[in-house]
Amino acid sequence: MSTVSVPLPAWINYGLIPLLNLILAFFFSGLVVWGIGENPFEALQLLLIGALGRGEGIGFTLFYTTSFIFTGLSVAVAIHAGLFNIGSEGQAYLGGLGAALVALAMDSYVPWYVTMPFAVIGAALFGAACAAIPAWLQAKRGSHIVITTIMFNFIVSSLMNYVLVRVLIVPGKMAPETRTFLPGGQLPKLDWLIAMFGGKIGAAPLNFSFLIALIMCFLVWVLIWRTKLGYEMRTLGISPTAASYAGIRYSKIVMITMLISGGLAGMMALNPVMGASARLQIEFVGGAGFVGIAVSLMGRNHPAGIVLAALLFGILYQGGAELSFDMPSITRDMIVVIQGMVILFAGALEYMLRPAVVRLYQQLTGK
Amino acid sequence: MDYFDIFISILGSAIRLSIPLLFTALAGLFSERAGIFDIGLEGKMLASAFAAACVAYWTGNAWFGLIGGIGVSIAFSFMHGFASITNRGNQIVSGVALNFVAAGLTIVLGQAWFRQGGRTGQVPPEGRFSSIILPGADMMRDIPIIGPLYANVISGNNILTYIAFLMVPVSWWVLYRTRFGLRLRAVGENPGAVDTAGISVAWMRYRALIVAGFLCGFAGTYLSIAQSAAFINNMSAGKGYIALAALIFAKWKPVPVMLACLLFGFLDAFANFMQGKSLPLIGEVPVQIFQALPYILTCVLLAGFIGTARPPKAGGVPYTKER
Repeated sequence: MSTVSVPLPAWINYGLIPLLNLILAFFFSGLVVWGIGENPFEALQLLLIGALGRGEGIGFTLFYTTSFIFTGLSVAVAIHAGLFNIGSEGQAYLGGLGAALVALAMDSYVPWYVTMPFAVIGAALFGAACAAIPAWLQAKRGSHIVITTIMFNFIVSSLMNYVLVRVLIVPGKMAPETRTFLPGGQLPKLDWLIAMFGGKIGAAPLNFSFLIALIMCFLVWVLIWRTKLGYEMRTLGISPTAASYAGIRYSKIVMITMLISGGLAGMMALNPVMGASARLQIEFVGGAGFVGIAVSLMGRNHPAGIVLAALLFGILYQGGAELSFDMPSITRDMIVVIQGMVILFAGALEYMLRPAVVRLYQQLTGK
Repeated sequence: MDYFDIFISILGSAIRLSIPLLFTALAGLFSERAGIFDIGLEGKMLASAFAAACVAYWTGNAWFGLIGGIGVSIAFSFMHGFASITNRGNQIVSGVALNFVAAGLTIVLGQAWFRQGGRTGQVPPEGRFSSIILPGADMMRDIPIIGPLYANVISGNNILTYIAFLMVPVSWWVLYRTRFGLRLRAVGENPGAVDTAGISVAWMRYRALIVAGFLCGFAGTYLSIAQSAAFINNMSAGKGYIALAALIFAKWKPVPVMLACLLFGFLDAFANFMQGKSLPLIGEVPVQIFQALPYILTCVLLAGFIGTARPPKAGGVPYTKER
C-alpha cells in the first residue's frame, strides 16, 4: 500500500515532520559553517546568545519577528485560497509609501495614537493596491499570479525609487529618503514590555506594531476558520471545481483574498517606517516579504504557527547579525543560506521524510 | 556624435546586455516546456557566475571557468529536480529556496575564500573571455552604415555572445525537429500520454532540467568572466526574473525569446544612455520607467492586450502515476 494516503496523527503531521525538516535544514547550514572552517555548534551558541541573551537582543529579535508575522500572514492568507503570493515584498514596499504619506500629513498636528489608525489603513490600502492588478489578472485573465506578483515586485521597486529620488527626497539632501517624522508620526517603543521581564530595550526598535501584528494574527484566524468568507477561500484553495459547484465565485474570492493578502503585507511597513527609522527609506523591506514565504510554510499557514516561525526567523536575523561580529569569517548572509535551506526542506521537500515516518509509525503501532 | 553613431553604440551595448538574458530565457524555455516552472533561474545564474569566477581565478583558464559555471548550475538543476520531480514538491517553492541558497552561499563562500566583502579575486586576462575582432572589421569600418554596424555591433564581441545566438536555432531544432524535443514538449503538455507510451516522465523532466542548467551556466559565466573580471555580490541583480519575463513575453518559443531578450536588452541600454539626458518635446524621462518597462510590458501581455500567452498545460504540476 502506498504511504501517501496513510493518515497520521496531528502531532506527527504538524509537530514531528516540520521539526525533522527544520533539523535537516540546520544540519546542512551547519555543514556550510563547518565547510568554511568554523565550529557550527559554537556558531549556534553565539547566535542564540546574540538573539536572546540580553533585553536589547530580544528587542531586536521581536522587531524582526513583527515584520515577518505580517508578511507570513500575507502569504498564508493567499495560500489558503490556493494562490501563491510572491509579491509580499513589493506590497510591503508600496505599503510603506501609504504609511509615510499619512505620517507626513498628520505628524505635526496630532499625537501618534490618532495618526496610527490612519497609517494602518494607508499602509494596508497601498499594499492592497499593489496586489490588485495581479489579482485581477489572475481572476479575469487567467495569468499566473506567481509571475505577475514577481513582475510587480520589480515595478514597485522602480516606482519607489522614482518617488524617493525625485519626489519625497528632502531638498538639498543626498540620501533618497523622506524627512524624519515628528513624534506624532512615530509608533512608540515597547520598552515596558521588555522591562516587564527585567530587561532593558536599549537601542532596539521594538515598537507598537508588534501588538498590531498579534491582533492581525487573531483576526486572520477568525477570518479563515470562523467566517463564511474564510470557508469559501479554503474551499477554493482545496478544490476550485468543488468551489465552483458550490456557487462560490472564483474571481470574487481571488480578488478579495489578494487584497487582504496585499493589505497585510502593506502593514508590515508600519514596523520599520513608523516604528524604527521614522522615515521612508529606499529598500527598507530588505527581503522580509520573501522571508514571509518561509514563515508561512514553516508555520503551516496557521497564525499560531506563523508567530512561532516568525520568532524563529527573528532569532536568526538578530542572532546572525551578532554572529557576524563575533565570527568575522561568517557574514550576515549566512542567514540567507539558512533561510533558503528552511524553505527547501520545510517547503519544497516537505513530503520527503513522510514515507519513512509512516513506515516507522506503522511498525511502532503494529498496524 | 551624430545620431547614427549613438544608435550604433546603444545597439552594441544592447546586444551585450541581452546575452545573459538570452541564455537564461532559453534555459527557462527547456524546463518550462517540460512542465517544470523555474523561478530558480536567477539563483542558477548567480551560482554559476560565482563558480565560473572562482575556477577562472584559480586556474587562469576561461574554459575551465565555463565548465565550473555549468557544473554548478546543473547541480542546482538537480536539486530543483530532486525536490520537484522526485519528491513532487512545489516547483515554485523549490525555485525560491534555491534562489535564497545561491544568494547567501555565494556571499558566504566568497567572503570565506577571498575576504573582499563578497567579491572574488580579480580574474587574470587569460581567465576571461575577451572580445573577438572578426576578420575585415577594421577594413570595413569606413564603409558607411554597414561598416560601423559590422565593426561595432557584429564584430568585437566575445565567443559566448556568438554561442548565445547559435543556441537559438539549435534550441529550435532540438525542440521541434528531434524526438527528444517532441517528447519534452509532450511531457509539458500531457505527461500522462507520454507515460502511456512507455517513456519515463521523471527522467524526461530531469533531462530538460539538465539542459536548462547547462544553458544557465553560460549566462552566469558570461556575467562574471566575460562582461566583467570578477564576481560581485548579487551580480545577477534580477536578470533571471527579466529572462523569465522575456520567456513569457515570447510565449515560450525560441525565436521570439531571442527577440524579446534583444528588446529588453535594448531597453536596458537605452536607459543607461538616457541617464540625465532629455528627449525633445518630452523632457527628461525618469530612468526608472525603462527599468520597469520589461515587467510592465509582460503584464500587459499577460492581460491579453498583445495576443495571448498560453503556458505549457502541465506546467507546475508534479506528475503522479495512477495507483
